[in-house]
Amino acid sequence: MLTIKNLHASVDGREILRGIDLDIKPGEVHAIMGPNGSGKSTLAGVLAGRDAYDVTAGEAIFEGKDLLEMDAEERAREGLFLAFQYPVEIPGVTNNYFLRTSLNAVRKHRGEAELDAAAFLKLVRLKMKILHMPEDLLKRPVNEGFSGGEKKRNEIFQMAVLEPKLAILDETDSGLDIDALKAVADGVNALRTKDRSVLVITHYQRLLNHIVPDKVHVLYEGRIVKSGPKELALELESYGYDPIKAGLAV
Amino acid sequence: MPTTAPKTEANFAQRFDELAPQLAGWQMPWIESLRRDAYARLQKVGYPTARAEDWRFTNVNPLIEKDFSLPTQVEDATLDLASLGFADAIPGSRLVFVDGLASPRLSKVGATPKGVHVGTLSQALANDGSMDAAALVQLHLGRYADGERLAFTAQNTAFFQDGGLIDVADHAVIDEPIHLVFVNTASVATTPRNLVVVGKNAQVRIVEWHLGAAGLTNFANAVTEVIADERSVVDHVKLQRESSAAYHIANTQVVLQAKANFTTHYIGLGGSLVRNEVRVRFAGEHAEATVNGLYVGEGKQHHDNHTVIDHAAPNCASHELYKGVLGGSSQGVFNGKIFVRKDAQKTDAKQTNKVLLLSEGATINTKPQLEIFADDVKCTHGATVGQLDENQVYYLRSRGIGMEEARRILTFAFANDVVSRIKLEPIRDELERLIVR
Repeated sequence: MLTIKNLHASVDGREILRGIDLDIKPGEVHAIMGPNGSGKSTLAGVLAGRDAYDVTAGEAIFEGKDLLEMDAEERAREGLFLAFQYPVEIPGVTNNYFLRTSLNAVRKHRGEAELDAAAFLKLVRLKMKILHMPEDLLKRPVNEGFSGGEKKRNEIFQMAVLEPKLAILDETDSGLDIDALKAVADGVNALRTKDRSVLVITHYQRLLNHIVPDKVHVLYEGRIVKSGPKELALELESYGYDPIKAGLAV
Repeated sequence: MPTTAPKTEANFAQRFDELAPQLAGWQMPWIESLRRDAYARLQKVGYPTARAEDWRFTNVNPLIEKDFSLPTQVEDATLDLASLGFADAIPGSRLVFVDGLASPRLSKVGATPKGVHVGTLSQALANDGSMDAAALVQLHLGRYADGERLAFTAQNTAFFQDGGLIDVADHAVIDEPIHLVFVNTASVATTPRNLVVVGKNAQVRIVEWHLGAAGLTNFANAVTEVIADERSVVDHVKLQRESSAAYHIANTQVVLQAKANFTTHYIGLGGSLVRNEVRVRFAGEHAEATVNGLYVGEGKQHHDNHTVIDHAAPNCASHELYKGVLGGSSQGVFNGKIFVRKDAQKTDAKQTNKVLLLSEGATINTKPQLEIFADDVKCTHGATVGQLDENQVYYLRSRGIGMEEARRILTFAFANDVVSRIKLEPIRDELERLIVR
């Protein structure tokens, strides 16, 4: 699905990622954990094609294609989805219009017919039911006036509509109370398939109680310093990042 | 369709003595003196220069140095309104003027409720016109719009050829909009003049269309006077889609009596040099006015919006929202004046001006101007100028939407904030379609 080799990236000339290696297979859930400033969000941004980053070395191959060569929109059309840490408010654009335009851009890329308003509505209503989204969501402007929890759920809802091959959740748990966290996690789990991969980026272990990963990686100072099974997350929860920072084995 | 300027000997505006006797109503002494006075005022005041504070950013020299003639006869035999951008399926009566002259062939006035008169100014001023209509015109025409220093309005009053006359009697209500459609097919001067008189408790909706064939370099100098009596409700929309090479100068003057409610939306899409003035005077207490506008500039278009809200009576409210979308090397000007006179206590005036610059070459000069002489009032104003939000663009792109489409969607959202406030649904739909383009 996604193979990252020796990825280096910097922001304003400052190196943030210093050689990331990662291999995610279809259907796998990987978690990347790390303290603040370790490069988690940079990794998400680089993978999703944000302009602010310079990739200085390395590669990322997504489904056999060079991900780093693609524009953000091409990545999305190829099946990569980033759930934002801070979803953006877009006044004046309804979720309905936004999602239909988005889905049709993806469908067109896949060589599928674009959906008209009626067909889209039918599909989207079904997904809303699965994720228990409020009825008036479609009419409301994208994320405008949404609570933190609503915004994160809206990200997962978009994911449900776009049906990506790989979803990257960038600190989706930040700022959520336990109920909202559970709602988001349930949404993600409902979307898990044997082919769809998920990369969960998080500071805390608690989200991983609900979205159980196959592998956990610890990111520190721009490198993955430790990888292991899901139990690694529990160790981090118990001991924190200090042993890693101190260069000690947990 | 002719798209080149006809040969003219000289500018119409310098041939008053020769042209005036052929203009509407000249046989009536009061019209003759109205026109003569206006022409004298025009000569005294002269055309505005950059030294005039109200015209600092708008240079009218290219316009006044050009020789324009007035059209002499209506040429509408083969004209198709839809091809010029008129939404033909829209309900409501329509008065159509081709190059400033009434086109009975294209006009369509349906059955109007009792007490509602929809006709042309030239009809009302004709020898065989109705006495009532002429008396109404005499009572109102030129009484409100013709400010001392307004050269172009004076030019219009001196030379106006035709326009709509809408009279809504006390308590009359007309649901369907009345369309005043000015289409331009030749590079001539036009002088649309509209008079709208709305009685007590009456209600009316009016849509002005100013349309032009592509490439025309016509000059439209339009004046509309709206008089809204006590408790009347008037909804006005002006859609300006002249050719991108056209000159469009306009003054919409509104007078509101007590408890009148007036709403206007100006949508300016066309024109190379555009000056659109909206002036609202509160003459009675507890009246309310909503003055909104949207201008979209590309290429080398120049859009100058000038609004004057004159709170001359207490307890009135005005809400103003103007938005500009400027691309290419287009220029925008917004000057929003709010006067609150000494006795106009409890005035509530709000003005917002927002501009979206889509390119580095586009410029905006925006200036709110509040002059407040009463002490118990609420007046606010705010102006913002900015580019598209990069985070929003990226967010859309991250969902598979291409860069251009993302920018288009966000630009539309910005502009639609004004359009979505238009109450007339068919007009709103038409505009959404136009702006999406």
